[in-house]
Amino acid sequence: MIKAHGVSWRYGANPVIDGVSVTAQPGRVLGLIGPNGSGKTTLLRLLYGALRSPTGSVTVDGSALTALSPREAALRMAVVVQETGGETALTVAEMVLLGRGPHLSTFQRTGRADHEIAARCLARVGATHLGPRAFGGLSGGERQRVLIARALAQQATHLLLDEPTNHLDIRYQHEVLALVRGLGTCSVVVLHDLNLAARYCDDLVLLGTGGVAAAGPVDEVLDPAILEPVYGIGIKRLDLDGHLHLLFQPLEETVA
Amino acid sequence: MSTVLSEVREHDVLGVGAQRRRTAFWLSVLTLGLVVTGVVAVGTGAIAIAPATVARIIVHQLFGLGETTWTPPQEAIVWQVRLPRVLLGVLVGAGLAVSGVALQAMVRNVLADPYLLGINSGASSGAAAAILFGAGAGFGQYALSTSAFLGALAASLLVFLIARSGGRVTSIRLLLSGVAVGYALYATTSFLIFASGSAEGARSVMFWLLGSLGLARWDALLTVATLVIGGTTLYLTVVGRKLDALAIGDETAHTLGLSPDRFRMRLLVIVSLCVGVLVSASGSIGFVGLVVPHLARRLVGATHVRVVPVAALLGAILLIWADVIARVLLAPQEIPIGIITALLGAPFLLILIRRLHATGS
Repeated sequence: MIKAHGVSWRYGANPVIDGVSVTAQPGRVLGLIGPNGSGKTTLLRLLYGALRSPTGSVTVDGSALTALSPREAALRMAVVVQETGGETALTVAEMVLLGRGPHLSTFQRTGRADHEIAARCLARVGATHLGPRAFGGLSGGERQRVLIARALAQQATHLLLDEPTNHLDIRYQHEVLALVRGLGTCSVVVLHDLNLAARYCDDLVLLGTGGVAAAGPVDEVLDPAILEPVYGIGIKRLDLDGHLHLLFQPLEETVA
Repeated sequence: MSTVLSEVREHDVLGVGAQRRRTAFWLSVLTLGLVVTGVVAVGTGAIAIAPATVARIIVHQLFGLGETTWTPPQEAIVWQVRLPRVLLGVLVGAGLAVSGVALQAMVRNVLADPYLLGINSGASSGAAAAILFGAGAGFGQYALSTSAFLGALAASLLVFLIARSGGRVTSIRLLLSGVAVGYALYATTSFLIFASGSAEGARSVMFWLLGSLGLARWDALLTVATLVIGGTTLYLTVVGRKLDALAIGDETAHTLGLSPDRFRMRLLVIVSLCVGVLVSASGSIGFVGLVVPHLARRLVGATHVRVVPVAALLGAILLIWADVIARVLLAPQEIPIGIITALLGAPFLLILIRRLHATGS
């Protein structure tokens, strides 16, 4: 469980996140949604400690994040960031094996068990065939899957992903999120696409200007009455075959 | 049975075993190459000595074994003159190469090398001050080295302080402040040469700026250099995985359990110390730190735990041969080794740039 209480961050004089509290429940997928510039990525970075909030606190399974060493934090939280490292000359296999780093002591090299875990994680994202290839030579979608494999190889108790569906075609968008959901670990996902959020998240935090506009189970947050003022777009909600779908329409057209 | 099969299959998928075998192969080949290179280089010069004789003299000196079948002058040439020089070559070559590897990972730029941090320029300014104005005279025979070392340390400290902002040192800041400090100190050195008005002094400073292993002898400096470069190479190999993570990006390094800022600072201090010692012993030698890491990556891939030791061996071999060329080409006159490394390194770099462009990576 990751719990943030009253965290803030400002870029220059401009507060992006101001006294925000969120909780990622064990075994559930929490989606962070909101329009551009609402601070989704900033909030995620506060959760995994790349940014240290001057106010409030972040706890992971009850321990204060500030009290954990970087390595202890890496054993509890695996993160898929947007920085891809596309210039690296590492192979895909080496990239995934880096995820085993937090489990190894300084003088230890990766062993057979680590290689098996890495191979399994590559297989899980359907990237086994990429193993020996140079990471830098992959397409955006292939890279994204490899980075997710690395996060899986880290075998942390929490998984955080910053727009993991970027660069992925529609099939892999669903496969990756279904995979995350199927893990059963406490996950936090920054998502742009509200329909993906509707399908694969349990809980949602909707960020508006400066703070949380709504938080709760998917069903409650994805309410057109809540979403429309935050996104500034007309939204129609459909329930089809037990799944929630959102349709969008510019507001002017609705008025006209 | 099926688990064994699946293990084998998984092994192949990752290619880790093949990579390790390849690394072991190159490490053995290069170690052998280094020994052969060393013996041949010691035997080469104005007075040629057969490699077998060189080997026997060294074994005799080290372990007191074997019959004396050589003349005392031969022994003096091998043991007193050329061997320390070749050893210094090994240290300088290995040190520059591993410093280059660390810096390229640290600033995530494949064109980074020790010059970039302005360390070489700082050392040169220190050396110029010692040669032209007798700075550091209190250190006796080590005046030049000490002065150069202090210059190197001051330069890297300056670069570091400029690059530091709010407790963080970012790659791009480090790069830019290194270039700026480098230029400023280069100008300082030139100014010192003009201000002194000594033609003789200017000549020795020039020689220093272009690098030379001619100052090598069995002294405290060689011991210090051995410890520092040996320690740096060992350290960088051990933290190889962390270098891999840092080379990808700060955010990635952080999520993999590393404190990128702290690690970068530690690396910077270690590399500065290493380059400071090198430059104080041999002057400014370019291109080794830039080119050798690329060669090493071509041989064994990009993981630092493999690149660092391979680069150290390659750098050592390359520098010894560069020094042999420097001694032999216009004998009895000796060419500054920096000229040779630049002449060899520049075309190589051009090929590299074209390759990088062609593969689009």
